[in-house]
Amino acid sequence: MKTQNIWILPEGIEEILPPRAGQLDHLCRGIIDLYASWGYQLVIPPMIEYMDSLLTGTGKDLDLKIFKLTDQLSGRLMGVRADTTPQVARIDAHNLKREVPTRLCYLGTVLHTRPENTGGNRSPLQVGAELYGHKGIESDTEVLCLMIETLKKAGIEKTHVDLGHVGIYNNLVRLVKLDEGLKEDKELELFDVLQRKAMPELNDMISEGSLSVEAGKMFKALVTANGAIDEFREARVLFENINSEIKSCLDELQSIFELISKRMPEVTLNFDLSELRGYHYHTGIVFTAYVPGCGQGIAFGGRYDDIGSAFGRARPATGFSTDIKALLDLSMSKIENSLGIFVPCSDEPGQMEAISKLRNQGEIVICELPGQNDTPEDMGCDRRLECQGDQWVVVPQ
Amino acid sequence: MSSNITIAISKGRIFKDALPLLAALDIYPVEAPETTRKLILETNRPDVKIIIVRTTDVPTYVEYGAADIGIAGKDVLLEYSVNASGGNGLGGYGLYEPLDLKIAQCKMVVAEPEKVEPGETGNREHGGRKRVATKYVNIARNYFASQGKQVEIIKLYGSMELAPVLGLADQIVDLVDTGNTLKANGLVVVETITDISSRLIVNKAAMKMKNNLIKPMIEKLTELVEEK
Repeated sequence: MKTQNIWILPEGIEEILPPRAGQLDHLCRGIIDLYASWGYQLVIPPMIEYMDSLLTGTGKDLDLKIFKLTDQLSGRLMGVRADTTPQVARIDAHNLKREVPTRLCYLGTVLHTRPENTGGNRSPLQVGAELYGHKGIESDTEVLCLMIETLKKAGIEKTHVDLGHVGIYNNLVRLVKLDEGLKEDKELELFDVLQRKAMPELNDMISEGSLSVEAGKMFKALVTANGAIDEFREARVLFENINSEIKSCLDELQSIFELISKRMPEVTLNFDLSELRGYHYHTGIVFTAYVPGCGQGIAFGGRYDDIGSAFGRARPATGFSTDIKALLDLSMSKIENSLGIFVPCSDEPGQMEAISKLRNQGEIVICELPGQNDTPEDMGCDRRLECQGDQWVVVPQ
Repeated sequence: MSSNITIAISKGRIFKDALPLLAALDIYPVEAPETTRKLILETNRPDVKIIIVRTTDVPTYVEYGAADIGIAGKDVLLEYSVNASGGNGLGGYGLYEPLDLKIAQCKMVVAEPEKVEPGETGNREHGGRKRVATKYVNIARNYFASQGKQVEIIKLYGSMELAPVLGLADQIVDLVDTGNTLKANGLVVVETITDISSRLIVNKAAMKMKNNLIKPMIEKLTELVEEK
């Protein structure tokens, strides 16, 4: 390797420098404080765990995303977390064992083998909140509202939220499996087709006989069942009479729409009944936040009951997560970096006290070092501490 | 609500075939890509612009939201989905592909020299594996894997027809329209992998945030394509 390239970081791995690092830290603290004020307690799950526990409940979706290594102590395979949610679910199910609704939040770097978003970042700084122990739209609404508050905290105001419900697809597939014996590989194909809203391939599945015309019609309706909230009533008519489970999924969606539009009228709501992101572990409502100017979703969440069952305790669960670094990039409110006070080097009496006082007030005070010929501006300061008579006073530069 | 639409299309055949479809949406580019060097074409509608990009770049522009919608060949999409950022090897979820526009139709095929003589070109076994030259590495690998065959793939960027003639490969995987180039180089189609045509692709965020503009476009185009 050429020596001049030794500074290069692996693809998709980044370091954060001033002033962005300061802004990021400011945002992190703001968000964790926000969660604390909603009663969400911070947990710090480990960076690395045995693969067996990392994959529980999340299945293949996560497997390919996880960097793996062998534990030289136990010989077992370990992975660097690619998503914090399953870890927090384990903490709730196995370690905390509370009976009351439990609100937890987390903040930390996750690592992906392959980049997921624009820009090819493989090490998002994931932040999120999870609510365990309550089944119902009230908890879904709470985490959804908290997600929107998170974006607001980051200075992102114009949020679009897209809502779906994996229960509708799950029930439709279950019916087709019962009635027509849809095979597992065809089910995967169907899932893939719906994720791409690939109507041509859905038509192919019908014409080749993998799906009956009747079932095909249903899934075609599902692919086009998306739009603004006022079109939801029109869309639900197509599905609500299929069975009572699907009807209750639609009712849940509708109630959430009503709750959110009342509580957060500034948010634009959309629905999409074929949106199944993360459906291997989601079990109910799923939601994604989009903002203008960004071609991909920026925050994701939904209900994932039963993920804790593998750890001995199935609890209803709902939550969301997002990448703080991505939020900072989209932030409309640019956090100004405050400038400091420059103190010329001296031993004069009272200077140290004056400096301590200013620092306690939250000011940045930078002491000149001997032999330095730099101006206060060079040091990121816009003021100077000066001795006038027997008083130390701050004067503009 | 944001109300501008950017459409990514590649120059040449797809652009020409797309013009009548755009016209049905009341979109007319004010300049033709052949007569201008501009890569952003204004249209009669101030809220719609067309960007001219390479065919293989169309999905990238659309997935990242630099364009809201695009027109791309299924060949490009199949090749792209494996590498797409949302892709997990099972297929790319980064884009919506709601409509087959039935333009720029052709076939993805496996071809080999017409007269295969033992010891000559073709049918040579390289450690039991056939050599396949192609620009469509992922499509070729997936296709042969689905046939239960492990092959050695040689990536070429063009003039694939030469490879079997000169003994670089036993077979090629390529797009075929009229088949004249194959014929002129003494190759015949041995298997058809899939029919190819151009798809309408849509950025996921645009589908959500500009649903009021994009959904009617998809509906209108669907009607139009079905009438054909």
